[in-house]
Amino acid sequence: MKFVIIKYNAGNIQSVSFALERLGIDFTITDNAEEIMKADKVLFPGVGEASTTMAYLRDKKLDQVITNLKQPVLGICLGMQLMCKYSEENNTDCMGIFGESVKLFIPKDNLKVPHMGWNNLTLSSGWLDPTIENQFAYFVHSYYVPVNSYTSAITEYINPFSAAMHKDNFYAVQFHPEKSAKTGELVLKSFLKV
Amino acid sequence: MLTKRIIPCLDIKDGRTVKGVNFVNIRDAGDPVELGTLYAQQGADELVFLDISATNEQRKTFASLVRDIARHINIPFTVGGGISSVADVAPLLEAGADKVSINSAAVRNPNLIDELSRAFGAQCIVLAIDARKIDNLWTVHTHGGKNPTDKKLFSWAKEAQERGAGEILFTSMDHDGTKSGFANDPLSKLYEMLQIPVIASGGAGTKEHFIDAFVLGKADAALAASIFHFGEVKIPELKSFLKNKEINVRMN
Repeated sequence: MKFVIIKYNAGNIQSVSFALERLGIDFTITDNAEEIMKADKVLFPGVGEASTTMAYLRDKKLDQVITNLKQPVLGICLGMQLMCKYSEENNTDCMGIFGESVKLFIPKDNLKVPHMGWNNLTLSSGWLDPTIENQFAYFVHSYYVPVNSYTSAITEYINPFSAAMHKDNFYAVQFHPEKSAKTGELVLKSFLKV
Repeated sequence: MLTKRIIPCLDIKDGRTVKGVNFVNIRDAGDPVELGTLYAQQGADELVFLDISATNEQRKTFASLVRDIARHINIPFTVGGGISSVADVAPLLEAGADKVSINSAAVRNPNLIDELSRAFGAQCIVLAIDARKIDNLWTVHTHGGKNPTDKKLFSWAKEAQERGAGEILFTSMDHDGTKSGFANDPLSKLYEMLQIPVIASGGAGTKEHFIDAFVLGKADAALAASIFHFGEVKIPELKSFLKNKEINVRMN
């Protein structure tokens, strides 16, 4: 199986690479459109700010490449948000694979923003290993995707939001599987099986 | 529900884990990658690795150690020690660290917090504050607690938040190494005045001390070193204990 990590200015490429290494997966890190299109599975990492990242992806035409992929694609954190239609983070038009808009958390009670730390997952659809139900994943984010018809796992913080999504060949997680201990490994393995 | 975090801290010198008791005596407690991996398996929520090497020469190997840690450890970790510029931070984050902690250099040059926060995002900038009560005022110290400054804990923490720090790691030097519990009063005051998370550090001796840090001190996370290194408190037992006392923690 040919596994590709999309190379761009994402902050977590090294950590994602190490996580795949720990699972014994061979992969290539590339921004070459042809190589990405030929891959069996594509991983779209992400740590950073939406508008500068989208500008970079457009400049490299990677946004078109990703949107047109037919094989399974997994977006992580900012990767997931950029797969949506629009982000409130600096009013950014994103790729629109998912029709949702990404919203900023409004602090409530004593809940701080960013949402940072371990929080539990409630599963709502099939691609994630069922043993992940109610397990904890590691989150770091200030923006969130509301619960929608493509939501595959829900987490509660300030309000319920999409911890994972799935539409056709596109899969996405808001948390960091590469930093989420055993649960994260199960999520990556779930993606390997789709 | 977001959980309270348990964070073992590993002091690193010449590639080995050490822990100062009251910042003076040092004992060897093992290989950082092995110890970190063990803690991650036991259910630690994050790890902190502090390079306490004295010279830049000794420090050169730290980035490769960070890479080695990232390769083996599947939970988030913070690295710190001697960081004083954007150029110091980039290789550590690229090596796979999730956050960096800064301390003395930020006291000397508070603008460093703004620069790092702009360059890398607030979420990966941890401001570590070592403070001790002098004449009833929590006085900030630098250089591993050796040098008193004219900064005070609460105003410095507030300033750091405004400058873009993502978290405050507060070590009470009066409690550190005493195993008599965390500094819960100043911790709860930090909680009241800040919008960013606070990590309690210094004074952990028993499992009950963690409950106090979370309930009385209202800390978001609690950090300890020697009690974990020498097995006086074991992380799986600590977490079960906290869960039974209705503290929301991650069980694995």
